[in-house]
Amino acid sequence: MTDVLDPPVQLPPPPPSHEMLEEHGHDEHHGPTGILKWITTTDHKIIGLSYTVTSVIMMIIGGAFAEIIRAQLASPNGTLVSLSQYNELFTMHGSVMIYLFVGPFAFGGLANIMVPIQIGAPDMAYPRLNALSYWLYLTGAITMLSGFFTAGGAANFGWVAYAPLSNSVNTPGSGADLWIGGLLLTGFSAIFTGVNICATVFYLRAPGMTMFRMPIFTWNMLVTGILILLAFPVLTAGLIMLYCDRHFGTHIFSVQGGGVPVLWQHIFWFWGHPEVYILALPFFGMATEIIAVFSRKPVFGYKGMVFATLTIAALSLGVWAHHMFTTGVVLLPFFSIMSLLIAVPTGIKIFNWIGTMWRGEIWFSTAMLMAIGFLITFLIGGLTGIYLASPPLDFFTHDTYFVVAHFHSVVMALLMAAMGGLYYWGPKITGYLLNERIGKMQFWFLFIGTQIFTFPLYVLGLEGMPRRVAIYPHDPQWKTLNDWSTFGAILIGISTILFVVNVAVSWKKYPSGDNPWDAQTLEWFTTSPPPHHNFYRLPQIRSERPTWDHNHPEHRSLTHGKHPELTEDGLEKVHSS
Amino acid sequence: MKVEAKVLLYLGLFFGIMNAVYWNWSLENAGGVMMFAGMLLCFLPGSYYYFWSRRMKARPEDDPNATQTSGAGFIGTFPGTSIWPFTLGMGAFFVVLALVFGIWFLIPGLGLAVWALFGATAEGRRGGTH
Ligand code: HEM
Ligand SMILES: [Cu+2]
Repeated sequence: MTDVLDPPVQLPPPPPSHEMLEEHGHDEHHGPTGILKWITTTDHKIIGLSYTVTSVIMMIIGGAFAEIIRAQLASPNGTLVSLSQYNELFTMHGSVMIYLFVGPFAFGGLANIMVPIQIGAPDMAYPRLNALSYWLYLTGAITMLSGFFTAGGAANFGWVAYAPLSNSVNTPGSGADLWIGGLLLTGFSAIFTGVNICATVFYLRAPGMTMFRMPIFTWNMLVTGILILLAFPVLTAGLIMLYCDRHFGTHIFSVQGGGVPVLWQHIFWFWGHPEVYILALPFFGMATEIIAVFSRKPVFGYKGMVFATLTIAALSLGVWAHHMFTTGVVLLPFFSIMSLLIAVPTGIKIFNWIGTMWRGEIWFSTAMLMAIGFLITFLIGGLTGIYLASPPLDFFTHDTYFVVAHFHSVVMALLMAAMGGLYYWGPKITGYLLNERIGKMQFWFLFIGTQIFTFPLYVLGLEGMPRRVAIYPHDPQWKTLNDWSTFGAILIGISTILFVVNVAVSWKKYPSGDNPWDAQTLEWFTTSPPPHHNFYRLPQIRSERPTWDHNHPEHRSLTHGKHPELTEDGLEKVHSS
Repeated sequence: MKVEAKVLLYLGLFFGIMNAVYWNWSLENAGGVMMFAGMLLCFLPGSYYYFWSRRMKARPEDDPNATQTSGAGFIGTFPGTSIWPFTLGMGAFFVVLALVFGIWFLIPGLGLAVWALFGATAEGRRGGTH
């Protein structure tokens, strides 16, 4: 079984006619089936699907923790969980969501499936490394979560594991070590996926797919890949140091032995802030694709979009200590200025998204609603982030619910974009559409629930309610605000249930055809689901939306600043193929 | 190849400049060292791509007028299936469990990893001869 190798991949020469191709068998690939297929596959689409399913399960687990947290906070002296269980819950909620859901969903799941197809590649550059990524991710997730089954419980030092709280005196027990171990595994899986994405984009593009014709999603994934390679090794190194401090008697992060506790924060956030963009950029890309397709327009300001993404990446390495303003040992003006600067490229993006919709023929599908929900919610999170970038305001709100509200506006926006991505690309991956009516209900629950969940938290934060507390003072107003927030969380929970229901209800029910949205980029040119090695044929690629050009020869895009002759040439080619 | 090189080189350059400002101003070393390493990490592959982009003619994927036929031909061997990533992954899993539950987990861990190493290499040899 293990030595089944495909013949070398040939990009097929353009076939004489379309008709001939339709008779061509759809799946000529022979190999193992069932569970063995899952274990031995190196096909990026199957690996990506495994990633997607696993990470959505992680989202549900992390969401369940969140609901328990909110239930506990529904009354000032909640007794649903004990204080120490509460510590485990918020730690694992944050860890599962950040390490096991958003990132892996984006770069292991949808990007893994879509990047090769969007650029006309037969697979990822290193298919076996890709498979290894998934196994490291899965085992990492199991490792981290298994902390709940140990005697001392799961890790409970917050998702950031600050020293000296995370040392072996303050946090003994194997839950913390399982957290470190699980993170080592998923960290490596992210690094390998980063390598794969960069190599695929650099070396496996189809003829004519120049860098400035790649879909924005692929561009964003390339930049994400570069950021992964810059950031994740730092985290891995930090974790190894932390482990050595805990078990081998080193004193890197402890004052007693001459170490520096705040060094952990430097290392963690040097990874942690780029990580914020590693999480966000893929979803920016998804939203861009969705907004363009459902406005039936090309992306407005394509090059500006690419430039903004690169600028965000460049700045993201120089802002880490805005998470450490209150430590008193960081260079406040530098980090404040750099953080505020990030608002500029982000603003360009928001402007371009609106520009893409402007005068478009907008089709309010579920995917589009999710993308618009993303835009609004992200704007709220982004604007409150600007407050936090200012040290005097951060001193006031640090470690309060204001921060929790800020980053939940952001991550809930990402969650909306993620759902949009599933509604948009799901048909490409499976060949079937999801139910739009349930989808729209899901959207409204998610969108309204998010705002009801976060707004009271902003107010609570400004009034000084600290984060990471299981009980809070008896104050009627605080209780009311917390109840509203819990109510919002319930609405969000219902939206997640609706999603699961939708998948069950629509299971293999609504065949989608190859291009249900009349979309623009290359992945919509192939069949749904795509064949092994993705394409039977490729169109001429003359702009950043080759599928659109092929389907609408009368409305072809002009290539950026290129001579129209070029267009003519491509047009003829398209007709003769 | 040129755009790829430029992306990495400009990023590296930016990190370099930013770091020069930061390190001199902050007198804090951890961030300076990490940013410096980030700069090198961009320059290393970036200069490699730059070197080659000047020495080879545009690849079909860099040519805005390329036709699909220009890319026809051998582009690489892609294994259809392989058990070794799974084997290696399980090996890594056991190695990590050894960090938590005791050193003896290293025996299956390293065993699986080494087995996967040999297996994957042999598979690569067979696959690479096309
Ligand atoms: C159902 C939706 C969600 C609800 C109701 C929710 C609720 C909460 C609450 C109440 C806290 C604060 C706990 C405390 O400080 O005591 C929290 C913390 C956190 N949440 Fe969420 N959350 C949700 C979704 C998400 C998502 C999608 C992500 C990430 C992608 C996320 C990431 C985090 C992180 C990183 C923390 C900080 C954990 C820590 O303090 O160590 N949450 N969440
Ligand atoms: Cu940050």
